[in-house]
Amino acid sequence: MTNIISRGFRGRRQSPEEARRLPPGQYLTERFPVLSAGPTPHTPLTAWDFSVVAPNGRSKQWNWQEFQTLPRETITTDIHCVTRWSKFDTVWEGVSLDTLLAGFVEDGQFIMAFCDGGYTTNLPIADVIGGKTWIADTYDGQPLEAEHGGPARLLVPHLYFWKSAKWVRGLRLLTRDEPGFWENYGYHMYGDPWREQRYQGD
Amino acid sequence: MAGTALPGRLKWWSGDVTQIVRETPTASSLILNVPGWLGHRAGQHVDVRLTAEDGYQAVRSYSIASAPADEQLMLTIERLDDGEVSPYLVDDVRPGDPLEFLGPIGGYFVWEEEMGGPLLLIAGGSGVVPLRAMARQRALTGSDVPTRFLYSARTADALIYRSELNALAASDTHFQLVYTLTRSQPPGWTGYARRVDADMLREVAWSPEDNPAIYLCGPTPFVEAVSEQLVALGHNPTRIRIERFGPTGV
Repeated sequence: MTNIISRGFRGRRQSPEEARRLPPGQYLTERFPVLSAGPTPHTPLTAWDFSVVAPNGRSKQWNWQEFQTLPRETITTDIHCVTRWSKFDTVWEGVSLDTLLAGFVEDGQFIMAFCDGGYTTNLPIADVIGGKTWIADTYDGQPLEAEHGGPARLLVPHLYFWKSAKWVRGLRLLTRDEPGFWENYGYHMYGDPWREQRYQGD
Repeated sequence: MAGTALPGRLKWWSGDVTQIVRETPTASSLILNVPGWLGHRAGQHVDVRLTAEDGYQAVRSYSIASAPADEQLMLTIERLDDGEVSPYLVDDVRPGDPLEFLGPIGGYFVWEEEMGGPLLLIAGGSGVVPLRAMARQRALTGSDVPTRFLYSARTADALIYRSELNALAASDTHFQLVYTLTRSQPPGWTGYARRVDADMLREVAWSPEDNPAIYLCGPTPFVEAVSEQLVALGHNPTRIRIERFGPTGV
């Protein structure tokens, strides 16, 4: 469709750096917006654990204390929400999914992240291994607030941020791709911001 | 215009603004004539795209204020002072201007009668917009789902759709409307005069045993506080659907 000019609209101009770092259709915010579909769960750390479950039922589990002993990394990254805001240079700490999925990567081609509150989201295994994704429990040097997904959330900065599931409690390996929560409501199965894969069919 | 928005590829639409209604000092409704529009579900939103002469574009999401059963599509937009798109939509758009948008978007924050009742709608500020679509759809389709509508705003001037909602409540005994004004109240005000709290919800919200379908929309601090109180009162978290409104982040 030919774009219709919005009479008199000028808008804000992007700096060259913004233009380079912002995926198509995104704008920069300094704030940290919150997006979730239901109430914020508050799971006490004593009741928290994290599981990896293979299709045949084989599984591995860490409680909060065990999770804290895993090797940690600091990640500085840009994040991009499908609601069109992006935030630059966010700083997180977490455990790489390479560590958590060790011994499981041959068990499936996809994962389904599952969370307190019932949220799920699907990702290809190839996208979550290789030092690209983490389970993050620290934001800006502080324990991750419940509103932003604490105690721990998935961090998948190269895809739209709905893939970075809040309140994550584990990963189920799948042999075939299945839609998660938002993917069932018309959002894209993969969600690459640089290809603007927001919605089904994009 | 009644129809079901089927999942599938979303489409960019163009509609002419046929009428503009100033709702409050900071909010306007744009009524659009959209040829070929396939309908929407109450609670869905669209992504509005503005294009400058040099091709620069900005896109923001706005809830659909009209009901699926309405003849014309209506968006209500609140002006955010530091916004890029909302000041243009509220202050600069004129009747006859074309507007481009993608949609309808969203399949979770939607209400349909078969989702069961009773129904509890809780709005903070301009979060009333998608809930107005639900209340209106309920009325236009003759639904008698018992409904309670709690609407929190700072002042009486800031209440959007006030006379329409009052008329709905006056004509339907199954529709109860409760306001709370948190900053100032006009003389003779009979509604609540404080932020939504547990006591208010105990009085207004259905009992958790009624298992109401709850739709909560407003700025993040509002929906966080209200949803926490609802859960603490024993409401089923999976029956609470939330949409966040207002400036990006807090």
